[in-house]
Amino acid sequence: MTGLFETLGLGASAELLSLSSWGGNLLRGLANSLQIAVGAFGMGLVIGLFGAYGKLYGGKVTRDLLAIYTTVIRAVPELVLILILYYVGSDIINKISEAFGGGRVEISGVAAGIWVLGVVQGAYATEVLRGAIKAVPVGQIEAAKSYGMPAFMIMRRVTIPAMMGFAVPGLANLWLIATKDTALLAVVGFSELTLETRQAASSTRAYFTFFLAAGFLYLMVTLFSGAVFARIEKWARRGQPSLKGGSS
Amino acid sequence: MDTAAAASAQQPDTRREAIRVEDLHKSFGDLEVLKGVDLIAHQGDVVAIIGGSGSGKSTMLRCINFLETPTSGKIVIGGEEVAMRADGSPASQKQIERIRTKLAMVFQQFNLWTHRTLLENVIEVPVHVLKVPKAEAIERARELLVRVGLGGKEDTFPAYLSGGQQQRAAIARALAVDPSAMLFDEPTSALDPELVGEVLTVIRDLAAEGRTMLLVTHEMKFAREVANHVVYLYQGRIEEQGPPAELFGNPQSERLKQFLSSVG
Ligand SMILES: Nc1ncnc2c1ncn2[C@@H]1O[C@H](COP(=O)(O)OP(=O)(O)O)[C@@H](O)[C@H]1O
Ligand SMILES: [Mg+2]
Repeated sequence: MTGLFETLGLGASAELLSLSSWGGNLLRGLANSLQIAVGAFGMGLVIGLFGAYGKLYGGKVTRDLLAIYTTVIRAVPELVLILILYYVGSDIINKISEAFGGGRVEISGVAAGIWVLGVVQGAYATEVLRGAIKAVPVGQIEAAKSYGMPAFMIMRRVTIPAMMGFAVPGLANLWLIATKDTALLAVVGFSELTLETRQAASSTRAYFTFFLAAGFLYLMVTLFSGAVFARIEKWARRGQPSLKGGSS
Repeated sequence: MDTAAAASAQQPDTRREAIRVEDLHKSFGDLEVLKGVDLIAHQGDVVAIIGGSGSGKSTMLRCINFLETPTSGKIVIGGEEVAMRADGSPASQKQIERIRTKLAMVFQQFNLWTHRTLLENVIEVPVHVLKVPKAEAIERARELLVRVGLGGKEDTFPAYLSGGQQQRAAIARALAVDPSAMLFDEPTSALDPELVGEVLTVIRDLAAEGRTMLLVTHEMKFAREVANHVVYLYQGRIEEQGPPAELFGNPQSERLKQFLSSVG
């Protein structure tokens, strides 16, 4: 019995994972990951809302540009995009800084991560929200128009609330992708959960312990997000009788 | 062809004009749906608009509040002419929005906002467009819901109601803006037969109370009963119009005779 306990190294694992030891690093990595995920998801929503409206109601040029944006972003592997956007982004910022006589700028990892993943999320969010807006019965928008609502008020008071029920499941997926895509930022050296885990594992050779712990943390994030989004979806679908035997 | 203008000339009308439509044309691409329609509704008029499917009834109603952009013509609401560009589009979105708040539309498919309760539906426009204080709007909305027979349903979402109830709620929403004219587009056509009566009862009351309305309907008996003027539209033109007793009792044109016998 103790032999098995020793083999699995649970006692040693507990020590390694304590907050004062590597466990603290993992949690800091998680906090960084979440910070970026939240920022990128939020940025994606904003881009997505403009993108969706642009695709639906914009002029030809706007629609073409948005089509290029969503097609390219969704076609290229995220890892490649992250490398491109990260190096292009920091290059542009440095060029601008030099043009104004400044030196090289130290780019914050969090800001860079949010910008890179936000651009990726925006492309997917554009499609999710475009579909959701199209699913809003046109009569509800006409009713708003016919009562003299200005366009922006229609968007705020009618279209967005009415499309939320259609959008939330897709957005929930995007959020989970955002949390996991933060792991890809390890390639540009950002100390998020996965990088912290790798460092802890290779320093201590306790690979199993740390990757299991990281997997557990990602799982907790997913489960917690699932619960939160279930509530949001319920709220967003208020007024729509639920379909028996399945959800959308 | 006698026009509304001619009709009112026979019997000088001193009441104020609510809606005037002059030479209204509307095309969808190559398809000319309205081919020069003239119409006048005075305050307190109930104008029934009848005609076969596809004759342009909905399009005409929708042009009046610019849900469709007319191709040409003139529209005057409560004495105010809607400024139009050469292509018929409204010159001022602000003016359109202001005029729309005076023309409450009731749709065939109700078009209530499904994510809002009945009370929220009814207060939406007064509070957010007309800037009525919320407490006042709520009080008035409750009265209106009681009035259309939906007292106690304030907190219910539209999807949980019958079509008849939804349409009555839509009428309460229309009344909440205190409209100078109401536009009904086949308000009972989407309803099961047993629910038609309850909606007609509400509309009948509004007519009796002197509301100005344009009513597109297939309910001929009802049109005859509540309207004081009936317009028969055929392929985008007004084929015949007049008081209901004359139009229904003694139709002049062959087409109207045929239409009336076909709808029974
Ligand atoms: N948005 C539109 N685009 C193209 N054609 C339309 C549109 N709306 C209506 N129409 C056409 O205009 C004609 C008149 O339609 P409508 O005014 O709805 O008739 P009614 O209400 O009398 O049945 C029909 O032939 C219809 O197909
Ligand atoms: Mg119609």
